[in-house]
Amino acid sequence: MEIPSELHYTRDHEWLRTEGEEATVGITDYAQSELGDIVYIELPEVGVDVVQGKTFGAVEAVKAAADLFAPVSGEVTAVNGSLDQSPELINQSPYDDGWLIKVRLAKPGEVETLLSADDYRKLIEQSGGD
Amino acid sequence: MSIPLIFTLDKPSLRCGHIPESDAPDEIPGPPDELLRRELDLPRVAEPEVVRHFVNLSVLNHHVDRGFYPLGSCTMKYNPKVNESLAALPGFSGLHPHQPVSTYQGALNLMETLERWFCEITGMAAVTLQPAAGSHGELTGMFITHAYHKARGDRRRRVLIPDSAHGTNPASIVMAGYESVPVLSDARGRIDLEALKRELTPDVAALMVTNPNTLGLFEDRIGEIADAVHRAGALLYMDGANMNALVGLARPGDMGFDIVHLNLHKTFSTPHGGGGPGSGPVAVNAELEPFLPLPRIRHLEDKSLGWDWDRPDSIGQMHTFYGNFAMLVRAAAYIRALGSAGLKRVAETAILNANYLRAMLKDAYKLPYDDLCMHEVVFSADNQGEKGIKAVDIAKRLLDFGYHAPTINFPLIVHQALMIEPTETETLETLEGFVRTMLQIDREARETPEVLHEAPHNTPVSRLDEATAARQLDICYRPDVYVS
Repeated sequence: MEIPSELHYTRDHEWLRTEGEEATVGITDYAQSELGDIVYIELPEVGVDVVQGKTFGAVEAVKAAADLFAPVSGEVTAVNGSLDQSPELINQSPYDDGWLIKVRLAKPGEVETLLSADDYRKLIEQSGGD
Repeated sequence: MSIPLIFTLDKPSLRCGHIPESDAPDEIPGPPDELLRRELDLPRVAEPEVVRHFVNLSVLNHHVDRGFYPLGSCTMKYNPKVNESLAALPGFSGLHPHQPVSTYQGALNLMETLERWFCEITGMAAVTLQPAAGSHGELTGMFITHAYHKARGDRRRRVLIPDSAHGTNPASIVMAGYESVPVLSDARGRIDLEALKRELTPDVAALMVTNPNTLGLFEDRIGEIADAVHRAGALLYMDGANMNALVGLARPGDMGFDIVHLNLHKTFSTPHGGGGPGSGPVAVNAELEPFLPLPRIRHLEDKSLGWDWDRPDSIGQMHTFYGNFAMLVRAAAYIRALGSAGLKRVAETAILNANYLRAMLKDAYKLPYDDLCMHEVVFSADNQGEKGIKAVDIAKRLLDFGYHAPTINFPLIVHQALMIEPTETETLETLEGFVRTMLQIDREARETPEVLHEAPHNTPVSRLDEATAARQLDICYRPDVYVS
């Protein structure tokens, strides 16, 4: 199970990569493997404000659908348009080609409230996942 | 058996049926000429081929009249055929809602009686039969919740839902304009009372509880939960989809619920799963009665029955007319045939059957919440996971033995969930056969896992590529207009 050490994580299995005032959001390798083949993704439009801990979209796999929760608050500055046609990118490359949205950080301090890679690894080990 | 699309059978020289020349007098007007279509986009096929095409398609279906259907949460129980005959009686099936009310007193009497029976069964004060489905009942209940708080000058915007609740609940809440907030389960698979109390802030409109929950477990602290919810000024809503585990044994009204919906197709044996329209009556306590949908049945001064439209606090109409009436006939027939002792046996047998499967299968299949269950039992496929077997492989293998698969991967709080609801209508012999098959599949998972990975083997089509099917959806019924 890949858990890149430089990223921040939520308990709902999203990751956050900060790049200055911006950050990229996606779902983790564990999340994509638990969901299985992803067939549809619903994302906000550029310009929308997302709020930490609140839903910003949904991901639909063959076996289940799940809400996506924003790791941080801020305005959406970019959306991964490739996912419309190729949602499987999330399965194939959850941390790179399968990114979901980019957000301009409204409250940079929120990043400190997220889990580290080590804490996230412990979380999924506790939940009994494989 | 592969069956071609009927459009591929099209042949210009063939036709189906022969319509004689009209001998209707000219002065009887037909549809306006400009609305008549001369060329219909229908295949030309001989009548016997049409009949065979659809009969052959129909035998590919699995349904409860063909075999065991242990689809958890859905309560796919057998429906007595006599209910169908009664609902089809011309005095019921020939009614039109616009005919004078004096000409359908019998139908109103049946509805009024059914309302009383549902009050008795749920322990509530009043019932509306109008909602056309369980989810429609949930929406009705949320509108009532909103009207109740509004009448008190109270604005509340959040509704709490345990993570073991039915999947439709959050959707109904959002449809009603509320925000849905999850409440976690504890280690026993029940609502975590401390977590609930933390979430019970003054802006909570209601707690929506599925009892028994989707783990098949009874919320045994429901009295304390009701007290906490009411102290916070919120209402307690029960999703009654699992009422076949309680009917005749325990009443939501006695547990402290303010609103409960019933799924007639789950508990009271009306058709389910494409077999007919649904019906989701909603029962409320006396304080909420003024908010029920319009119109209400009432006794007129001359002792006849009629409709009361003069109800200023009502949330309004939830359905064009008075609900899916033929379903009410079936439910009334079912209740009348069983009586209160029979209904109690329904719940007892539903519980006994589920616990039989729990006891017989728990050595082979992991049971994350090992407790007496109610009408259904939720296993995990984790014991079989060593060879890469998932819940879906076990479900697909069951098809080879003529069973419908259980619900899988739900509830989400169980990893690789296998949610099995045998229902009260199955015999011991049927359950024994199912147990033998489940134990064989467990052996196969260890000894010949490839048999499971490639299942099903005996069905008209084998394992489908569900991801590609969803990503490249093609639901065209004509091969020549396929759009990729």
